Amino acid sequence: MSDQTEPREESLAQRPRPQPELQPEPTGGKSGGRAIALAFTVSLLASIALGVVYALGGQPQLEGTFLFLSFGGIAAGFITWGGTLLPQGPYVQERHPLTQGEVQQEEAAETLEEGAEDLERRRLLIRLMTGAFVALGAALVFPVRSLGSRPGGSLFFTGWNRGSRAVDENEKPVRPEDLDVGGVLTVYPEGKAGSADSQTLLIKLGPGEYQARPGRENWAVGDLVAFSKVCTHAGCPVGLYEADTHRLYCPCHQSVFAVLDAAEPTSGPATRPLPQLPLTLDTDGYVVAQSDYHEPIGPGFWNRDR
Amino acid sequence: MSRRRRQEPAIRRTVSFFDERLSVSRFVRSSLDKVFPDHYAFLLGEIALYCFIVLVLTGIFLTFFFNASSTEVVYHGAYHPLVGAHVSDAYRSTLELSFSVRAGLVMRQVHHWAALVFIAAIVVHLCRIFFSGAFRKPRELNWIVGVTMLILAIFNGFAGYSLPDDLLSGTGLRIAFSIAESIPVIGTWIAFLLFGGEYPSERIIGRLFAIHTIIVPALLLGLISVHLAMVWRQKHTQFPGDGHTEDTVEGPKLWPTYAMKSLGLFFAVAAVLCLLGGLFQINPIWLYGPYHAPQVSSPAQPDWYMGWLEGALRLFPPWEIRAFGFEIPNPFFPAVFLGGITFLGLYIWPFVEAWFTKDHDVHHLLDRPRDHPFRSALGTSTLSFYSVLFFAASNDLVAKWLKVPVADVTNAFRAAVIVVPVVVFMLTHRLLRALARSEAPRFSEMPRQALRKGFRPAER
Repeated sequence: MSDQTEPREESLAQRPRPQPELQPEPTGGKSGGRAIALAFTVSLLASIALGVVYALGGQPQLEGTFLFLSFGGIAAGFITWGGTLLPQGPYVQERHPLTQGEVQQEEAAETLEEGAEDLERRRLLIRLMTGAFVALGAALVFPVRSLGSRPGGSLFFTGWNRGSRAVDENEKPVRPEDLDVGGVLTVYPEGKAGSADSQTLLIKLGPGEYQARPGRENWAVGDLVAFSKVCTHAGCPVGLYEADTHRLYCPCHQSVFAVLDAAEPTSGPATRPLPQLPLTLDTDGYVVAQSDYHEPIGPGFWNRDR
Repeated sequence: MSRRRRQEPAIRRTVSFFDERLSVSRFVRSSLDKVFPDHYAFLLGEIALYCFIVLVLTGIFLTFFFNASSTEVVYHGAYHPLVGAHVSDAYRSTLELSFSVRAGLVMRQVHHWAALVFIAAIVVHLCRIFFSGAFRKPRELNWIVGVTMLILAIFNGFAGYSLPDDLLSGTGLRIAFSIAESIPVIGTWIAFLLFGGEYPSERIIGRLFAIHTIIVPALLLGLISVHLAMVWRQKHTQFPGDGHTEDTVEGPKLWPTYAMKSLGLFFAVAAVLCLLGGLFQINPIWLYGPYHAPQVSSPAQPDWYMGWLEGALRLFPPWEIRAFGFEIPNPFFPAVFLGGITFLGLYIWPFVEAWFTKDHDVHHLLDRPRDHPFRSALGTSTLSFYSVLFFAASNDLVAKWLKVPVADVTNAFRAAVIVVPVVVFMLTHRLLRALARSEAPRFSEMPRQALRKGFRPAER
């Protein structure tokens, strides 16, 4: 490293410290030696045992234990050896000042400045060079652009459309009578089972419990309502429904949504209600969407309301 | 003796060979003679270094079996409960290397434990540096390198445990996407470019694999080299006392004593990590199940080093900023903003402190925490703040244990995250001031009246 590049740095003088109280207790070389020998033997035997365990098909707990003994034996041997049989010093080494002094600093600075002055004389060239670098920098951004698609509209739409049948995870369409009162079912638009942004919770409320917000009077099918399952806080699935209190819990950050109050958040960090999906029935009696969600689902982003 | 004589020519010949080509004799000698101060607190950074080595070795083994692919496959492996399940190839190959590759499970678990201990060792090392004032001139640059490595280590830990595409880590990635989305103006672009499109993207596992196994380890390797080179160049700090001075370093020499002990520490770290990996199950992804967007596991806690961010997300009140049709969503504040000021604060601390204390001198002798009650109190109070956040990441578990509503637990944590750091600051500051005034060597030897004195205002 750097020590060797500086000829003025003489090889470092060491001297044992003339402070007897700092010297380690003289240790019995023999007992130390025996302990080290034992440690190395344990390691050696453990490594053999490890080989046997491996050859017999392996067993995680035994592998871990024997690896512990193999490494640990060597560790104990080395640390004991280093601590008892080798010279402890303390040796005293001079620190060299880390600075090379003002004269050196000035000379370095001058050299830099002189070079810079030579360059600065060519104003036009400097400007062109700067321009070239800026252009190159801009050009290099284009590969970054390839990393992902444009966010564009995709955050504003889900897979639901006018007339999309609600299907379960096995693509089976759902009728209102498939759910009992207090029951929930995760549904998707037909053909998109498992979709991350279209996942929707179908909730069957008790008779007459549903009180629609103005403008949402015909969004329920009987007592069946549907809300986006993607938490408006950080996007986790709002997976836990408590039927007696009509509340939805997000298990990630404990946001709570009141289903009877248009899924408004009542506790936890969420700031927005879960968007509601307008439902209706198709001619075969299956649950379908009237349209996509009327607002972006999931967590907020800069231009969500635009 | 006779044995030694036989070895000498070989060693000589090797030294001559390299010296005649690279002129290294003086460097070799000064290196071997280099003195390293001996103190247990100086081993923390070494523990982190040795965890890194274990991570690289076990990690290389794992790459030979892991498929970083989101392609859906039907599982037909050794783990019967999941046979027939639709899983990603990443998940399948992780199960395969855990159950069907001999010694695979131990390697994977040692790797995971090593990551947990790696970051813990870095954090404790950082605390040692902070409380002993080792970041002061001339070591500010190495502090910056160290903080950068902490960030990289946390990031790589997250990237690594997200690779198996299990239900727990998949949910974590969903949250990460939402956090990226929450950044003002460019958030959605950042999220889409990082993940390769709208969540969930087919590309993210492959990208995380490249980041986790090549990009960040290479950066860490480079920074570790710089970190050690700077320690080498500047020589290690030392605690005051025992006749230590600003102008000298004292301790055993690198060769052979310190080398032997330090190598022993490497084997000790490896031994403990192997024991943890062999006996203590970690990240059992077969119990969590494969990731499917509409599913979620509960309770869900991330690896420990993400706990403070998770806790902040849970505690931050339902506030966000909306104006002119634009919004700064809620997760921005506890995740992006808090994370940003956390690391910004760490980066600039050496310069802030020097500016406040007007101390621009070179320091090679360390402070004891009592020498700077204000700095130490700031340190413990900051630590307590992040500890409360860490525990708040388990507010659901606390509520379950205490059988109280989770909202009450959250409110209690919200109060604690403000009150606890203030109390901890006052307590630390007063106790250390009392200790410094009493001039007792340690707390246990401090007389009672001295304690009372510490709580009184300074005497002029």
